[in-house]
Amino acid sequence: MAVIDIRIDLKKGVADPEGSNTKKTLESLGFKGVTAVKAVKVFEVTLDMSADEAKECGEEMCRKLLANPVIQNFSVTVR
Amino acid sequence: MVRYGRGETVKPENIRVCVLRIEGTNCEDEMADAFRAVGTQAEKVHLKQLAGEVSQDMKRSLEDYDILALPGGFAAGDYVRAGAIFAARIKSTIGRDVNRFVERGKPVLGVCNGFQVLVELGLLPAFEETMSPMPTAALCTNDSGRFECRPTVLRNDNRGKCMFTSCVNRGELLMIPSAHAEGKLMSRDPEFIEKLEDNDQIVFRYVKENGSKAEYPWNPNGSGSDIAGICNPAGNVMGMMPHPERVITRFTHPDWTRDTRNEDGDGLRIFKSVVERLR
Repeated sequence: MAVIDIRIDLKKGVADPEGSNTKKTLESLGFKGVTAVKAVKVFEVTLDMSADEAKECGEEMCRKLLANPVIQNFSVTVR
Repeated sequence: MVRYGRGETVKPENIRVCVLRIEGTNCEDEMADAFRAVGTQAEKVHLKQLAGEVSQDMKRSLEDYDILALPGGFAAGDYVRAGAIFAARIKSTIGRDVNRFVERGKPVLGVCNGFQVLVELGLLPAFEETMSPMPTAALCTNDSGRFECRPTVLRNDNRGKCMFTSCVNRGELLMIPSAHAEGKLMSRDPEFIEKLEDNDQIVFRYVKENGSKAEYPWNPNGSGSDIAGICNPAGNVMGMMPHPERVITRFTHPDWTRDTRNEDGDGLRIFKSVVERLR
């Protein structure tokens, strides 16, 4: 059994209103020195296979569904 | 169904339209009504009916239809990405049938969320092949970072390839409302716009009311070159962010009380065009 984290983040230049809005709100709450906030998405997937196979499978999932290569980067890590 | 290649005139009532829905599509009623308004037989069909996951009497086959329409909405809750889940489900169930449908030159229309599905499916812009295995463009979050909902003015910039603008003059303006949060057309290809232009794949551009170059809010999403709708290189697959099915009559135009013309709504022209091209 393997558990993988699939992290999807937006490429540079793609609007991230959730991140920029969160930054603004954190600043309004008095947090100092917040230079950037990025919203990312993480899928935790449990797979009945070896860690190596799970990583490869996770990457295939990104190519087929979870990431659009035009606007998103993905990375897969095994826990 | 229309029989092709016999040189006969096809009656609109013999044209069958499949308005495809799954959970979360919410413009299928208007889309079917728009196609009925131009005399065709339009049917709302759930993807499961085409995939054969229903009882025998509910089953439908894509090849029995002449036009495929993907309506707006929030298919599958827009989880993962707008249109991504609907596109993946189409690909995994009836992907081959859709590919064949497009290769036979049958028209496919995607509006709003339907446009996002066509891009995620690889049916647009489809520079290299009918259906690219991975998306080569994206409809991403509007520059404003919010849902934009208002009347928009579109100029038909197609030079004649697109099946959905055959009854619209080149340069003519249509008032068609937009309502979306992810409508900015993007690609990583630096020659993207040029390729679209060279192949006559640009169909609609956002413009100001007087026809001059749009800026926000007339371009609601910041789409490059003000692109609102594109077609595939063959001209039979068209996707657009604004909703033509919402302006079938004059009464849903924002200026209808001041407008003395007693004409159809601007959106009807798109549906008339495709019927005209099939006749």
